[in-house]
Parts: sequence; structure tokens; C-alpha cells
Amino acid sequence: MFSKKNKQQIRRLSSGGLIDRSKPIGFKFDGKPLMGYVGDTLASALLANNVKLVGRSFKYHRPRGIYTAGTEEPNALVALRTDARTEPNTRATNIELFDGLEAKSQNRWPNLFLDVMQINNLAGPLFTAGFYYKTFMGMPGWHFYEYFIRKAAGMGSTELERDPDTYDKKNAFCDILIIGGGPTGLSAALSAGRTGARVLIIDSSKLLGGQLIWELDQIDDKPALQWIESALKELNEMKNVTIARRTTAFGYYDSNVVNAIESVSDHLPTPEPHTVRQRLWQIRAQKVIIATGATERPLVFSNNDRPGIMLASAARRYANQFAVKPGNRAVIFANNDDGYKTAVNLAEKGIDVRAVVDSRTYVNEFWKTKLDELGVELILGSAVINTHGHFGLTGVDIASLSSDQKSTSSQSTFISADLLAISGGWSPNVHLYCHAGGRPQYEASIAAFVPGLRSQSEYPAGASNGAFSLIDCITEGTNCGIQLATELGFSKTIFSIPQTDEPSVTPIKALWRIPGKGKKFVDIQDDVTESDIKLAHQEGYISVEHLKRYTTLGMGTDQGKTSNMNGHAIMAEERGEAIETVGTTMFRPPYIPIAMGPLAGRDIGQSYSAKRKSAIHNWHHENGAIFIDAGQWLRPQYYLRNGEANTTQNMDLAITREVKGTRGNVGMVDVSTLGKIDIQGADSSEFLNRIYTNGWTKLAIGKARYGLMLREDGIVFDDGTTSRLSEHHYFMTTTTSNAASVLSHMEYCLQVHWPDLDVKISSITEQWAAMAIAGPKSRDVLQKTIDEEDLSDETLPFMGVKQISIDGIPALIFRISFSGELAYEVNVPADYGEYVWRRIMEKGTTDNIIPYGTEAMAIMRIEKGHVAGGELDGRTTPDDLGMNKLISSKKEFIGRRLLQRDGFLDPKRPKLVGLIPTDGKSRIRTGSILVKDPNASLPMPKLGHVSSGAYLSPTLKHPISLGLITGGSKRIGETVWATSPLHGEINEVKIVDPVFYDKQGERLNG
Amino acid sequence: MIRIKCPYCGLRDHSEFNYIGDATKLRPINPELANDDEWFDYIYIRDNPRGVHQEYWQHISGCRSYVKVLRDTVTHEVLKTGLPSDDLLFSYEAEK
Ligand SMILES: [Zn+2]
Repeated sequence: MFSKKNKQQIRRLSSGGLIDRSKPIGFKFDGKPLMGYVGDTLASALLANNVKLVGRSFKYHRPRGIYTAGTEEPNALVALRTDARTEPNTRATNIELFDGLEAKSQNRWPNLFLDVMQINNLAGPLFTAGFYYKTFMGMPGWHFYEYFIRKAAGMGSTELERDPDTYDKKNAFCDILIIGGGPTGLSAALSAGRTGARVLIIDSSKLLGGQLIWELDQIDDKPALQWIESALKELNEMKNVTIARRTTAFGYYDSNVVNAIESVSDHLPTPEPHTVRQRLWQIRAQKVIIATGATERPLVFSNNDRPGIMLASAARRYANQFAVKPGNRAVIFANNDDGYKTAVNLAEKGIDVRAVVDSRTYVNEFWKTKLDELGVELILGSAVINTHGHFGLTGVDIASLSSDQKSTSSQSTFISADLLAISGGWSPNVHLYCHAGGRPQYEASIAAFVPGLRSQSEYPAGASNGAFSLIDCITEGTNCGIQLATELGFSKTIFSIPQTDEPSVTPIKALWRIPGKGKKFVDIQDDVTESDIKLAHQEGYISVEHLKRYTTLGMGTDQGKTSNMNGHAIMAEERGEAIETVGTTMFRPPYIPIAMGPLAGRDIGQSYSAKRKSAIHNWHHENGAIFIDAGQWLRPQYYLRNGEANTTQNMDLAITREVKGTRGNVGMVDVSTLGKIDIQGADSSEFLNRIYTNGWTKLAIGKARYGLMLREDGIVFDDGTTSRLSEHHYFMTTTTSNAASVLSHMEYCLQVHWPDLDVKISSITEQWAAMAIAGPKSRDVLQKTIDEEDLSDETLPFMGVKQISIDGIPALIFRISFSGELAYEVNVPADYGEYVWRRIMEKGTTDNIIPYGTEAMAIMRIEKGHVAGGELDGRTTPDDLGMNKLISSKKEFIGRRLLQRDGFLDPKRPKLVGLIPTDGKSRIRTGSILVKDPNASLPMPKLGHVSSGAYLSPTLKHPISLGLITGGSKRIGETVWATSPLHGEINEVKIVDPVFYDKQGERLNG
Repeated sequence: MIRIKCPYCGLRDHSEFNYIGDATKLRPINPELANDDEWFDYIYIRDNPRGVHQEYWQHISGCRSYVKVLRDTVTHEVLKTGLPSDDLLFSYEAEK
């Protein structure tokens, strides 16, 4: 009954492994249906099915197979899933197999076995280091070549459809963060957890235990898995310990902040309902134990990239954890003891291990005896110098190494093999230590870089600290946990270190490259060979950082996890320098490739930024408002009527209707977005005196005043009206766009400059809804709306303020005008905003009241020559804007001193004027440059620019603009040219007074 | 992410703060008497030190206080924080 399924998995061992043979899983690779088991990775399931070829290499399109069993995988990158969920460049070694999984190989066309770009392999010498730069960059046709080069050299490609899944972010806090749940991390979690410290331990796998999961070590004479199980049982019972699985720390940032990705649903075909795909953890820890283990390195020899060649640790992991035979006939090649472990594990599982080739001349008796017992040949002082096979390994050539390792014997022996397991030693995973700011140092005894000085609160321990033996990992982890908990004030507890059964270690002998012809791959993902590094050296590259960029060593999605050490050591040999002198490149986040989804989290679409709606928004929405973004605010730009389509023509009609209606009868605009600041305290008047250019001490209670605020450098900052409500209480308004920066500026003044002033300020923008009612009939409409009070000139003159009520609702009414008409601004508590607006609209029906938007408001202010954002552009002084009368000479204020500097007194400064097209109809684009002669030779002398404008003033029946021009009002009557070369626009304009309408201000009285 | 200790709210993420700038420049106490050079220095001249820098951050999404921060510009380490009236550099040197 199981025969059919098992026939496919011809490389599956009949017993063992952490797979669930009762739960078979169907999946597809390049469209071919295959079977695996729960507990498999995609890589282990492919190997079980004897799939050796999984991809084509980056530059040369050479056939490649599965090379590792972990995160460091450089070859087996696949496109996972289909359609909108397609995920390119995913490591097959990290994908937990799920039912219905579909994966495709990449970088091949038309298919894996017939790949036309393979020609690159024959054209080998062409693709050496710096090839693209040298050949194409300087050529005029780069853009032409680029298309084909990118197509040929691409990794996987992505989908353009929207990602259907959701992503989340999580904030976490702990005393001690432990990154990595191997023997070191578990030991640290146990010892720190027992003190009561808040411990968070994260691990990228589903199963905690790290390498112990797939090693056959014994701890206290019991299988290591039992030790893991009891450790997890104890940790699960501790309330102060949190375990996060499938969670990979990818960056260590300032202040001990560590970011991690939790693969919540990556092991499922699609996320469960209401569940996210991935979650970004932002972890704030007091201390961080880095227990991230080490990564095995390959050896660099001719044709060391064929399918069937893999890391020695990976080969035994496939056999031990997944019950997969990584090959039928194996040769092991190593310069350290790791290869022996693999040889023994594989041989004990019935795999024909033909030989262990060790570049060293000595190994201890333990391994010699073991190999003898298993009938495995030991070849010391030798190396694999070449390999054979195309889509899969068929055999290796072995020769003896000279004592300096620089040459090999001319005689070589061929051994037939379909698996070559290689080990060049182990490199501690110092990535997170580097992110934290650390600089690794070379440690010759293990031929690897290890963490050096600490720069934050990061504590590498165990294999990531260069302590490779199991007992050292457990000891370092335990001690580190205790030490950090104690430092944080938690009390010590009793603990013991268990026993392990490891043999003594024969030291590694560094072997960075093996002599021989043919391509010797250093960075197998980026197809960087030993000769590329030689070439870079010959061309004068000395720094490893330059080497990296020139050859692309370590620049792939694997970030050189398996290649950096070999590459840098070869560079050091070429330079004839010590490795510690040449150094290593710095690792930067992220440790693994991170999708954009979890970084964006929920901050997408509508949730990207808050939308602020005024309290009156609903009414606008119901009454045809077309909204415009004003910062985060949505403001009515204009109102369409009776189902008018939103066309340019109808927009122009609406704006004209609103201006005419307001100037003719009465209009109302929502000004709730203006910044509003409540100012209270005995020194409020003095405070206003210091931050505004004009005087405030004599402002009567119940009066409003226009105020101008400068920056310290004398440039105009903001303007608005501020009213005195009582002796020590003011109500300030700011422009919509500067509301936040004015508040911060005032807080700065009060907290930093003048902490002695008795003033309290608070933003009340959102507490008050505000509406401006303007036009000759505005008083009539308001008088009808309010309770009792009299709004005559006597009780509420221009710039007067009154506290009144509307249907019992308290309201502040200001008689101020931006439009130049008789006008009032009514402020009511925000919750009543819509009600009061509706009441005024209702009462105004007989007077033909009309709502108006920001366009009509802007046109009316330009008609009146009032300045706004276009003029307050961070470059203008009060004098430039004709506001000198607002500068008090009797007091100090922010910006006063620098107003007097020479540059501001220069008569050539551009100053405010009005502009009208001489033909009476051309639209003058805001931002146009003003010049005397549009045909003058370049560079054309600039006189000024157009700062704001209305394409049509409904009142004056022609376009009007404001501008800033050298000479200012002295030029009134002259004509100049407004040019916008980008748009090909040149229009003659006449310079006029900036107040286009009602120069005497008579309309303010209705 | 830098974490900053607000004197009122405790240790918080830097995303709750706005960076303001150099905290060593004091506004002339008597604006009338200060000469042009003093004004010029106060408004325009800023050091860009490699190492310890005394600066203002406003706890904009918190209590809105201006917090004086002594930060190492090389390592981003926050060495000390305090009120605008505190001389953090002085107390930092003294403690060393
Ligand atoms: Zn605070």
C-alpha cells in the first residue's frame, strides 16, 4: 500500500529521522508531482526523490544541486508558490514542506536540463571580475545591453499582483534576549530563567535544539533529544520565559533593539483565516545573548560546484534528521574532524563511504579506529583536486598534497562517487555581533573570525563565539545566562553542567585553496572563482571591501555565508599578508532576505497615514464636496451641484459660483483645520510680545489682532489672528500647514529660552470646529442663528471677539476677514460643529448662502492681496511682503536682530506685487520665472517669480497672480515676462498693486 | 532604533521623539547687548563633532518635553539625558 509512494522516494532510508512517515505530503517541483513527509524541508524531500539538479548558476549557468541544509544555502533557490503569492529566491533548505507546495527552479531557459545560457560557461574567461564594468559601462549602448544582461543574469522574478496576505508587527521587551535555541541558547535560557529574569528565546526553526536535533551526541549518557525535551519542558513551565519559534533575528540595531521575522504561516499553503503570513518583531532587550551557532565552509578546488557536492554537516543532517541518503557512494574531503563525523554517520546508515580524504597528516586514534571498524579508507595528507560529472557527480580525483599545501603530486587517483561531502572548517555566525557594532578578530586556532570587543550589550556564546564543542556550548551558555541575570540584579541559582561523549579534537589546519586547473568556486551563489580574486589582486585591489564590490564576492542573497572567509583568506595569501591584517568585510542587516510585507505591516493603503476629517466632513460629503489633501486633512476644494460631473469645466463653474455667491450674498467655508492654540497664564501677553513681531500688551479683552511670527533668522514663519478672551487667556490661530511646527516652536521658547515665564499652552485644534461666514449678508444670517446677542458694529466691531451661544451651544465669534468681505469666524466645540454648520446653512437659505471650498477661498485672498503659503515660502522677510507696519520698534521679539542684517536691506530683494496677463486671459503658472526679455542670452537674468495665482478672478473677470519681483512696487505699471521653460510658456504680464479688489477695505463693513 | 530616557516618561523609542538640534547654543540672554558675532554664532554656527554631542529631542508623541540628550555620534549611544537646564557634558565628564 505504501509501495507506490515510497518508490518515488528512492533515497529515503527505511527508518530513523524526525519525519512523520504516517503523514505523506504531495508537492510539485517544476511541475512534476512528488511525495515527501511531514517534517521534511523542500530540500530534503527533493533529495529523497533523487532530484539532484535544482538550479543553474548565476553567471555561467552551470548545473547546481543542493549544497547545504540550512539558511546559508547558495544554490537551491526556488520560486515558491504561484500567482500573487509567488516568492522568488527562496531557499529550499529553509522551506518546511506542506501539502500542495509548488516550487520552480530559477535562472534557466527553457528548462533545467537544456539551458541556452550555458554558453556562458564555455565563454568563461569573458565573465571574469569586473567584466560588466569593463565591457559595457563606458559604451554608449549600455542601455541596449543592460536589458539582455539583466535577463540572462537575473535571479527569480517577482509578480506584479498585490500580495493577498497580511503582515503584522509586534513590540517585545525582555531582560535577556537569547537568539538561537541550540545547546548554547537552551542552556542560557535555563540558567537565566531559573533566576526569574524575563527571558525571550527565539529560534528560526520549528524545532528547538539547533544542531543537536540532528547530531547523534549523548548528554549524560542519553540521546541529546531527551536533554532538549527536558530543557523545553522546564522552560515551558517558567512564566518568565517566552519561546518564539520560526522566528529569525535579522538585525541588531542601536540601544539593543533586535528585529526578527516570525514565519507565522510560511509552512502552510495559505494562512489560516484571520492569521498573518509573517510578523515583524521589534525586541527591546537589556542584554542579548547571541547563540547563533556556526556555519560550515566549503573547500576551494577545481569544479567544486557539481550537483552531488555538499557540506559535510549537511550530508549527515539529511541522513540523521530526514532519513535521506544524500548519495549512494560517498567521498568525504575535510581539513578538520567534521568530515569524520559525517563519514561515520553515513557509513552506519549503510551508505557506501569510499574514502575520507584529509588534507592534514594526522588524526586521532578515535576516528582512525571508527573508520577501520566501518571499512572506510582514510587518505591523509591529500586533497580532491578535480571532480567529474555534469548533471550529477560521477567521481573525484585525489592527489597527495605537498607539506606547504601549494602543490599536489602529479599522480592522481580516481574514485567513483555520487556524493562528495566537504568541510573546510566552521565560521562562527558573527553577523548579529557585527550589526551591533562589533569588529570580528581572526582566531588562527580555529581558522575563523570570532567576536572581539563588545560594543553594546551583546554577548556571543557557544559556537558563535568560536567554542565549537558541545560541552563548551553548554558551559558558555549556562555561565552567560547566570552572569547576565546577576548583573541585572537577579539572584543566582544552583546549576550543574551535564556530561557529553565527544572525542578529543585534532586541530584544523587551514586550507584555503587546492592547486589545480578549472573553475574553483569561492562564492558559489555569485559564481566568483579563485581566479577572480587573483585578478582583482593583480589589478591593484587591496581592501576586502573593494574586493567584494569588484568581484561581487558575498553580495548575493546569502551574503557570503559560506564564501567570505575563503575569499578573504585567498586575498590575504595573494597579498602575502596575514589574514588579521587583511581583515574581513562587515556584515550588515538583514541576516536573511526579508520581504517588504512585514516591514510595511498594516501601514498600507488607507492605513499608511491618518486621514483627518473635520467635524463638518459629513455635511461636505453629502453636499457634493470634492476633497483635496491639505497635509493629513481632507478639505472641500469646491462643491458640485445636482449631479454635475467632476470635469475641469464644472470645477471652474463651481469655483466662480462660490466666489460670486460669497461676494454677492453670503458664503461659508470650513476652517476647522487652522491650528488653534490655547494660551493661559500671567505672562501670556509678554510671551506673545516675544514671539510675534507686533505689540500685544495693549490688546483689549474681547479683541483680536493679526500677528506675524518670524524665525530667529528674520524670515517670516507664520501668521494668524490671536484673540484676548480674558486678562490672562488668549486664543491663537495658525495656518493649517504650520499648526504643528508653531506649537513646537512655542514649546521650545517656553521650555528652553524662557522657563521663567508663567505660561501654559495647549493645542485645541481638534477641540473646536470653525467656520468662516463671509459676504454682505453674513451678519443677517448669523444674527438669525444665534441666541439673543446683538451683532451690530457697536457690540461686535471689526476685529472684535464675543462669546455667544447658538441653540444653547457656547460659541466664540470673531469678526475677522480673509476674503475682504464683512465676515465672521464661528468656533464651537467640535462635537457641535456639524449641527451649527447645518443651522447656519438653514437660516441662510433665504439669503442664498453658499458653501465654498479652498479654491474660492484662495481666489478671494489673492484678490485682496493677502499672503499665504506661496509667499510665506521660507525665503521672505516682512519687508518683502509689505508688512513692515507689523514690526514693532519698541520691544524685543524672535527674529528681530537678524531683520537688520545687510542682506535683508538690499534694495534688489524681490518684493510682493500683483500681476495681470497683458492679454487679459493667459493663465500664468505658479512658479513661473519673471524676466525682462525672454529672448535674452542664457543665463537669463531673473527678476523674480510668480508665487500664487488664480486662472480666473470671477470678480475681476481676468486671471490674477501674486509675485515677488526685484524693485517691488516701484515697478508698478511696467510689463515683464512670466516664463516656464519646462512647459514652453512665455506670457507678458503687467505689474500692478497686490490688492486687486476693494483697496480701501470698505467691504469689510458690509 | 535609539532609545531615549525622557526625564518624565522613562525609556522610550526614538520614533516618539523629534530631533531638534544642537543644545549647546544659548540664545543671548540680553538680546540688545549681544553683538553681531554672538547672534551669528547662535543662529548659524553648529559643530559637527565625531563623538559626544549635546542635543535636543522633543518628546513629541509623549509629554512634549524638550529633552537634552548626550549622544555619541559615532556609536549612537545615548550617554545621558536630562532637562534643558542640565549641563550633561559637565556631569558626564565629572562622572568619568
Ligand atoms: Zn516624555
